[in-house]
Amino acid sequence: MTFDIAVMQVFNGVSLFTILLLMAIGLAIVFGLMGVINMAHGELMALGSYVTYLTAMAFSKFAPHWMGVYLFAAIALAFAATFAFGYLLERGFVRFFYNRPLDTLLATWGLSLILQQAYRSIFGAQEVSVPLPQWLSGAWEPVAGIQLPISRIFIIGLTIAVAVGVYLLLNRTRWGLKVRAVTQNRAMSEAVGIDTQRLDALTFALGAGLAGIAGCVFTMIGSTNPGTGQLYIVDSFIVVVFGGVQSLIGTVLSGFAIAQSQTTLEYLMSGSMARVTILLLVIVVLYFRPNGLFATRSRS
Amino acid sequence: MSPMNRRDLIKKGGTVFVLGAASGSALFAAAAHAQEGVKLGLLHSLSGTIAIAEASLVDAEKMAIDEINAAGGVMGRKIESVVEDGASENSVFAEKARKLLERDKVAAIVGCYTSASRKAVLPALSRAKGLLFYPTYYEGQEQDKHVVYTSQEATQSVVAAVEWLVREKGKTIFLVGSDYIYPRTCNKIAKPTIAKLGGKVLGEEYAPLGHTEFSSIINKIKAAKPDCIYSTVVGGSNVAFYKQLRAAGLDGSKQTLLSTVVSENEIEGIGKDNAVGYYACMGYFQSIMNPANEKFVKAFKARYGQDRVIGDPMEVAYNSVYLWKLAVEKAKSFDPEKVLAASAGVELDAPEGKVRVHATNQHVWKKVRVGKALPNGQFDIVWESTNQVEPNPFPTL
Repeated sequence: MTFDIAVMQVFNGVSLFTILLLMAIGLAIVFGLMGVINMAHGELMALGSYVTYLTAMAFSKFAPHWMGVYLFAAIALAFAATFAFGYLLERGFVRFFYNRPLDTLLATWGLSLILQQAYRSIFGAQEVSVPLPQWLSGAWEPVAGIQLPISRIFIIGLTIAVAVGVYLLLNRTRWGLKVRAVTQNRAMSEAVGIDTQRLDALTFALGAGLAGIAGCVFTMIGSTNPGTGQLYIVDSFIVVVFGGVQSLIGTVLSGFAIAQSQTTLEYLMSGSMARVTILLLVIVVLYFRPNGLFATRSRS
Repeated sequence: MSPMNRRDLIKKGGTVFVLGAASGSALFAAAAHAQEGVKLGLLHSLSGTIAIAEASLVDAEKMAIDEINAAGGVMGRKIESVVEDGASENSVFAEKARKLLERDKVAAIVGCYTSASRKAVLPALSRAKGLLFYPTYYEGQEQDKHVVYTSQEATQSVVAAVEWLVREKGKTIFLVGSDYIYPRTCNKIAKPTIAKLGGKVLGEEYAPLGHTEFSSIINKIKAAKPDCIYSTVVGGSNVAFYKQLRAAGLDGSKQTLLSTVVSENEIEGIGKDNAVGYYACMGYFQSIMNPANEKFVKAFKARYGQDRVIGDPMEVAYNSVYLWKLAVEKAKSFDPEKVLAASAGVELDAPEGKVRVHATNQHVWKKVRVGKALPNGQFDIVWESTNQVEPNPFPTL
């Protein structure tokens, strides 16, 4: 492996890490903090992708001069749309399944099928093509031979911003304090006067909104079709479970570990074998640490 | 509900039942009549993951049926289409094929897209002695006595594609594909062909189906520095692959990328800007210049909308209905066995030019073309085989 290839491989690892983290962070909040297994998380990402597509269409029609910055509007809109949808979903659907994990699993899986078919009916079975702003296409070439795709650099930056934002929200705000309290002991939190129902709805909505952001930026590297969500859901779950449910730091580190090993293994062996090896490693680790890498200790 | 209403309902229900039975027997009586329609099953995925590529085939088939009916039908009988959704599930394909053959008693089925779905309907075809026209390019290695394969099998496109690459674009080639049977078979054919031409394979990589992360594979390509990349990446992965290739600076100007699976349809999803400059090898391109194709494209757009594009499998699906018609007329019978026997040698003036069913192997002689993707999502045809290429589903390598 020459030096420039090595540099690009490390960059790929970092890039994949941020992609996995962006996928998983919303799920970590919903699954980790609320204990809801949301199989429709991928479809929420797809919703973000479709909102991005609609935003791009609207910009190209009404404000073609502003196409360069449409992505920022799309990120905000994707977040807002999936946040609102998540809120409605929690109030009208998910909350009836609390404390029934298997039912949640089936119900949200059914929901994911409904959403997929809805996308197919509305947007067609074909992939939609989301345009990439000019300044994000192409590669940055710090020295000859090393090309770092600008879209990936953008995703790295955005993920850092999102992760820091979520961290601050959970650890530096009253709302975050309440969320953490409910996570640790729901009954006691209710006893001290926290409106847990409202909190549940907002937490779920936040998780959904983050999925929307992920869906929005993934239009830059992947495809947008009714089944897009299915491509991401498995990876998201692996990252969250491997890192240890209930631990955001765990999600970050597990995303990093999986991304680096995946890019390295993919370079050394075939893509399919790399995938098999990663899954085996995850199983081995979970065998010895059933609660994931960073399980929070609790007395329950 | 009051008792009165309930009685009312029962009475109405009874009437419907009697009417149904009456029309059923009327149908039965009419079956002997020559003017009764003949049923043709259209079996494709209209929902599920494969619907992306497959759903539009039904549009083309329906157009062919309507054209044939407008011109008087097949042996004086109008074609009635029975559309079933395979839902991207092989078990559903098997079940729907059985339904079409045994309950609807269709004269033939035009359908299936993936090889797995085709394999899944073979038992039903064999049991009911049915007939399937299969309109998708595939890896070959099959000749079932109930199937006519109307698209190019692997050797027809792969050999032509690789020969063109080595001749025109350079001798070192990198093979990339999705990890399943079609790409692996294509590459199995490509490798000895490249060696025979004095070329060299610098690498062979497979990504899991649906994979969206191609950065490592792209780095391997960069490290190998091939003249050409031959791609059999399929589905949504293709979108990710093309976008990431371009972002990594492999925009086709230094290396030539050629795919045997990216048609105009796929480009819609990949994005015209992302696909421009890359090549594809197909039997049909929408941009083919001849009167038959111009008429076909015009009719299709008039029917389904000006912004619709036509990819290779859609045109072949359209041809398949016509090939069935010609075979029926040659056999002077709708009996599947006789139709299959009569199909050998049947020739059609298709939008892509003349196609002819092979005398013995149930595949189709057809021309092969290489096109370069233009900014408008269409292909500039840069090469075309002088004659129809013989299908060879069981090549000796």
